[in-house]
Amino acid sequence: MAWYDRLLAVDRRWIYLILAVAVVIPAIWTMHIPVSLSSEVENVFERVSGIQDGKIMFLAIDYDPSTMAELSPMAEAILRQVFRQNGRVVLSSLSQFGPAMTDEIMTRIAGEMGKVSGEDYVFLGYKPYPAITILAMGTDFRVPFPTDYYGDRVDDHPMMAGVHNFDDVEFVLSLAGGNAADMWIVYGNAKYGVPLALGVTGVMATDYYPYLQSGQLFGLLPGIKGAAEYEQLNESPGDGLRGIPYQTTSHAVVLVFIVLTNIAFFAKRSAQRKHGMQAGLS
Amino acid sequence: MGRTILFLLLATLTLLLLPGGARSAPEPPARLTARDNPNDSGHGILLEWEAPAGAESILAYEVFRLPWRPESEGPPHAPDTPDSVWIQVGTVPQVEDQRSLEYVDEDDERMLGTAVNQHFVPRNGSVYYRVRSLATDGTRSAFCPIVSGTAIGNWFHTQRVNALVIAIILGALMVYFIRKSAGGIKLYIRPIPGLAHIDEAVGRATEMGRPILFVLGTGTAGDIATLAAYTILARVARITAEYQTPVLVPVNDPVMMLMAQGTVKEAYLEAGRPDLYRPENIFYISAMQFPYVAAVNGLMLREKCATNFYMGVFHAESLLLAEAGSTTGAIQISGTDQVSQIPFFVAATDFTLIGEELYAASAYLSQDPKLIGPLKAQDFVKAAILLIALLGVLEATLLSSQWVRSLIEAH
Amino acid sequence: MKRQLPIILVFICGITMVIQFFVPHEYSEDLFQYANDFVIVIGILALPVGIYSLMTQTVRKARREPKERLYSLATIAGFLVMIIAGSRREWFTGATSLSSNMFNYVLVPAQATLFSMLAFYIASAAYRAFRARTLLAALLLLTAFVVMLRMIPLPEPLSTWNNDVVRWILEVPNMAAKRAIIIGVGLGAVTYSIKIVLGIERSYMGGD
Repeated sequence: MAWYDRLLAVDRRWIYLILAVAVVIPAIWTMHIPVSLSSEVENVFERVSGIQDGKIMFLAIDYDPSTMAELSPMAEAILRQVFRQNGRVVLSSLSQFGPAMTDEIMTRIAGEMGKVSGEDYVFLGYKPYPAITILAMGTDFRVPFPTDYYGDRVDDHPMMAGVHNFDDVEFVLSLAGGNAADMWIVYGNAKYGVPLALGVTGVMATDYYPYLQSGQLFGLLPGIKGAAEYEQLNESPGDGLRGIPYQTTSHAVVLVFIVLTNIAFFAKRSAQRKHGMQAGLS
Repeated sequence: MGRTILFLLLATLTLLLLPGGARSAPEPPARLTARDNPNDSGHGILLEWEAPAGAESILAYEVFRLPWRPESEGPPHAPDTPDSVWIQVGTVPQVEDQRSLEYVDEDDERMLGTAVNQHFVPRNGSVYYRVRSLATDGTRSAFCPIVSGTAIGNWFHTQRVNALVIAIILGALMVYFIRKSAGGIKLYIRPIPGLAHIDEAVGRATEMGRPILFVLGTGTAGDIATLAAYTILARVARITAEYQTPVLVPVNDPVMMLMAQGTVKEAYLEAGRPDLYRPENIFYISAMQFPYVAAVNGLMLREKCATNFYMGVFHAESLLLAEAGSTTGAIQISGTDQVSQIPFFVAATDFTLIGEELYAASAYLSQDPKLIGPLKAQDFVKAAILLIALLGVLEATLLSSQWVRSLIEAH
Repeated sequence: MKRQLPIILVFICGITMVIQFFVPHEYSEDLFQYANDFVIVIGILALPVGIYSLMTQTVRKARREPKERLYSLATIAGFLVMIIAGSRREWFTGATSLSSNMFNYVLVPAQATLFSMLAFYIASAAYRAFRARTLLAALLLLTAFVVMLRMIPLPEPLSTWNNDVVRWILEVPNMAAKRAIIIGVGLGAVTYSIKIVLGIERSYMGGD
């Protein structure tokens, strides 16, 4: 078996092993990798910077544990920024497993920054059927969520006085790991005209660039890179910036794989041609 | 002397009261009108007004209305109600040199929990409005004259005429092509490799004596892609009934499970082998994406399925399933309308139905004129859309070209 | 009649919802809401059937394959523990409740593990799929290479050039291809829906 045949038919477990090693490297050696900024992330940062002194934004935690590595850093950075600016947040979740994560993040950050539920933030909780829930929230947040996640009446929270629907918040930012992102575009932005930005996983990001160009989204945080850019703008390094070296080494390995497989492929093709010519001559 | 002192005192007082120079209240908005907001359920009023002179110093306009109250609490408020009763419903910013402004007051909830919603806009009832200007220095104008508007429920959405026209054209074309096709004229459908290899893929599993796996995706029973997947499932089930090869259908939604059982049962009945139908081969796993993937991957490895079909709506699980399937050496055919998952399927499966090819499956497989006709109609509408897009591109390109512009302007 | 009744039902519901789309009146919106509620009701009614299926399947597998018994037991135990965890308020609210612990220490790591497997599968699929067999495959390979290169720190001005090229790839050819597929899918979905509503398409029910 020629070297190129061996390379082309390599057992995929070798690929898994090499990638695993590449992912572990940044955990052993600390790396500092520069992050270039993109306008779609800067737009989100600017709008969140405007949430000051009592202004309210809507943060939708629409992901589940499988995508939290990419999306939780965004949620943390944004919440810290808003609270630092004395802004306020209404939160909801359209993912089945969103509430437990939201509760954990909110309780921790609010505790650290001395913020109080009902005054600085209200977590409405989870409802199934994203489209129907968004449509109902467009009428009034109290329609799908008469009480918040903790069972308290939404009307009892001083922060919610006069806050009824999307008209009463500056914008909506949905951190989504699934089709909730599409629901927000179709029902939140298109039907109710609420300014919308999304934070999505790296795999999903290319799907949402068309909406950015059409103006249906004012900003986009694409995957861990989006989170890292946001942290850089916010000058608060966190899991986003820490995740970049892992992503770099793994991408580098995939690039090397692609180069290797093509070298082997071309070597095999030229060997076959040579063999063919010899066969033709004999 | 006394007069001079008095003048100086008055001047000082005036300056103190008007810090930063003379502050005069802005003009109120002009020509305010209120009418039914078109194309809504009957709980919206559209307010329109014009920016007054000196709009450059205006920051925004404040919209006020008389609150709603149920009949049990008294008759509707009259326009002479005192100022304290009026409620502010919205603020509209003055954007640069915008002359015409508008605001839609819309609310269809009578009650908010147990409290009366004062913002409710009743259908067929008058609501009174007035608007004032808010200057950049914080001063406010007087209110403009009060107007009233009545919301009515609309019976036709005028902004959806385009959708109606396209639907009618598509419908008419469908009827035309169905008749043409039924009349014996053969309509061409291009070869779709993924569908052409279904029989072969099922045959392979039969030869190897292994089961077939059919994954219906992680969508819902209402998704068009899922319904199209049932069409292919029906076809696969009919062949498996003839070949006596088991087909395993793990699903992530109980409604989809019941539908799949019905589809497969019917297909076995049609193939004349109802005795071979096993309802337990179509089973529910979990509504959650990743537990579902874990279970299906386990199934592939344990049962050593020879052929895997992935048809329907897929998300991040597409590559997880397809790669696991490829490690077992199974022949794999996939199809989805989820654009972001198509590259993964193309990379990891043998054949992929891209987008609308999945919907074309029933027409392609059955060659029934009734089903081929609509496909042709769809192609014609697509050609029309292409033409319109091309015209749009030409228009945008030519109009942004300085050279073309100079030619037009010269004439 | 067994075949006719569902088709008649689909026709009536389909035509009603098409008309509803063009009528914004409150009555029409109420009807839409009513239909949505029905979807939820049907979903909930079907859930016990799903659970029954899962449990019978698990028990059957445990009986048939002794090696699988442990996994079957884990499935049943997980199912019961989560029901118990949700049965009392103090067991499922609060950071240290049973439900939270199951969520944080079982579900979160398990789901994250499965999702992270995607990275390995992407590497393996890229290794096998990205070969310059034809001109089109070479173009695809080159594009993928350039886009992935964005994640690697490059010296200036290479980094800026690469960023500009990647943005152009994403916004122009990528978007053009996606829009083309989306238009095709949209039209296909409309045609398919009309066929279903009119009863022309009935193969999803199993027969021809």
